[in-house]
Amino acid sequence: MPEMHFKHDWSEKDSLRKGFGMGLLEAGKRNKNVVALCADLTESTQMHLFAEEFPERFVQVGVAEQNLVTVAAGMAAMGKIPFVSSYAAFSPGRNWEQIRTTIALNDRPVKIIGSHAGVSVGPDGATHQMLEDIPLMRALPNMVVIAPCDSVEAQKATLAMAADKRPNYMRLAREATPVFTSPHTPFEIGKGYVFRAGTDVTIVATGTMTYQALETAKLLAHKYISVEVVHISTIKPLDEEVILNSAAKTRHVITAEEAQIAGGLGGAVAELLGEKLPTSMARVGVKDHFGESGEPDELIKYFGLDAEAIAKVAQKLLTDHTNHKH
Amino acid sequence: MTDMPHQYSIKELEQRANDIRMDIIKMLEQAGSGHSAGPLGLADIFTALYFHSLKHDPKNPDWDGRDILILSNGHCVPVRYATMAHAGYFPKAELLTLRKFGSRLQGHPERLRLPGMETTSGPLGSGLSQATGMALALKMDDVRNRWVYVITSDGELDEGNSWEAVMLAAKYNPGNLIAIVDRNNIQIDGPTESVMPLESLKAKWEAFGWFALNINGNDIEAIISAVEMAKAVTEKPVVIIAHTIPGKGVDFMEKDFHWHGKPPGHEEAMKALKELRTLQGKIRSEHQ
Repeated sequence: MPEMHFKHDWSEKDSLRKGFGMGLLEAGKRNKNVVALCADLTESTQMHLFAEEFPERFVQVGVAEQNLVTVAAGMAAMGKIPFVSSYAAFSPGRNWEQIRTTIALNDRPVKIIGSHAGVSVGPDGATHQMLEDIPLMRALPNMVVIAPCDSVEAQKATLAMAADKRPNYMRLAREATPVFTSPHTPFEIGKGYVFRAGTDVTIVATGTMTYQALETAKLLAHKYISVEVVHISTIKPLDEEVILNSAAKTRHVITAEEAQIAGGLGGAVAELLGEKLPTSMARVGVKDHFGESGEPDELIKYFGLDAEAIAKVAQKLLTDHTNHKH
Repeated sequence: MTDMPHQYSIKELEQRANDIRMDIIKMLEQAGSGHSAGPLGLADIFTALYFHSLKHDPKNPDWDGRDILILSNGHCVPVRYATMAHAGYFPKAELLTLRKFGSRLQGHPERLRLPGMETTSGPLGSGLSQATGMALALKMDDVRNRWVYVITSDGELDEGNSWEAVMLAAKYNPGNLIAIVDRNNIQIDGPTESVMPLESLKAKWEAFGWFALNINGNDIEAIISAVEMAKAVTEKPVVIIAHTIPGKGVDFMEKDFHWHGKPPGHEEAMKALKELRTLQGKIRSEHQ
């Protein structure tokens, strides 16, 4: 297994959106064709760093998400690399058809940033906690779907998106979460990584849930259960090889995402394993339910997305599977 | 790369528009589905643009000095296909493949299938935004003498996305954007003013910060003149509200919303072609 170069100290917290903001500023410095558009959430999506540095390359469209992505499609047609940001509930929540027609079918390299995804949005409640964006975007031909695990990876992903010729969607979270990857941790669009090697059960995780998966592995190590954590930062196209290799080894796979379990990462992995390597599986995510107001940690626990909850799912999967075999 | 090599007379352009209408009828009859009224009504505008106003090169559709034409109401694409074939983008024989399996001439336009198509459209209300984005990108790069034209339908202005773009274009005034509204007063379910009233349309655009012109959209001279005027107005983006007759040139289709979304059958096509050949009975010979 290649060296992952994680940070030694995981106590620092930062938000994915902040990583995006830093990455976009850097992308703007590297390439003058990078432009940015926002629908009245510039600071909240951390696009203000770019907007302040490059005002002539920033377009404020107002509260108009349909316009946001279609204006960007037009700019991409003229050679620009547009990043568009809003909350995921509105973009791609409200403007999905415009994305489908003018960006995906039209194959324009627009970079759609959906911030405030997941229940960890917290007090704003269900309307603003986007849980359906992964299936929405994964279903679109030509679209690349990315969900980085921490602020540092979000920054790398942003730079990689600026260099990618395809339409991209990146989902971000609002809340500051532990930063555990370093600038030296490998990242490539389309590649999954074994973040921790193990032999008994695989947790395939994406976005903020990768940290929870690593914590789960620590908890279960005390119970002599060896967990392999596969981090999927690109949900589409899916790195099938890394998942199949791990599933072949552990024969038990759990998926973890801060999103609906229907059609998201869990769906993608179930489709893959169902066709190529039927494996005992469980999906962790929000189960056909909307979110609600509360503190992020509180909600993560309530919806069973924390390390303790995942550990229980893993233990049950191992027990059930063993019993089933006898 | 070049501009259009020569100037056509208004009479020649009118004859061209009539020929394009005949091709539209043949295409739709062969396709067995599609929209009749809008494309016939737009033939004069497309002729004026492709054979006079637009800077473009049919042999080099991606020429980076070209003007851009966006057809936002993608269902009217038969008129664009026919005009592009006449202009030399592809052989006229290909027109009869409209809507057939494997054809580059999809039921609604797809950029990736046909060079020169500029964008994919059909779902309404997003062409004006794309055109605004293109115009803004050109302005950012300080490109001059390239114009972005966008044709929208009137029914399409029911879409909120259209007005989002109207506001944005007025805010940034890119200075190279010309919108043309095909004001033919019909949409699928009936007259626009009964489906969803749009009037006072000119006042609406003006209130949103645009310079608005009303013209006869079936008068080629008026179309050319309005485009020239639009280029002279710099303080605001310009919309040309082109009043057209849906089904123009075919008596039994004109102004009848039932022809918005259906093609002619064989007998109807024969009748329509005869009318177009004789300019609705104004000339005697059917073999000009």
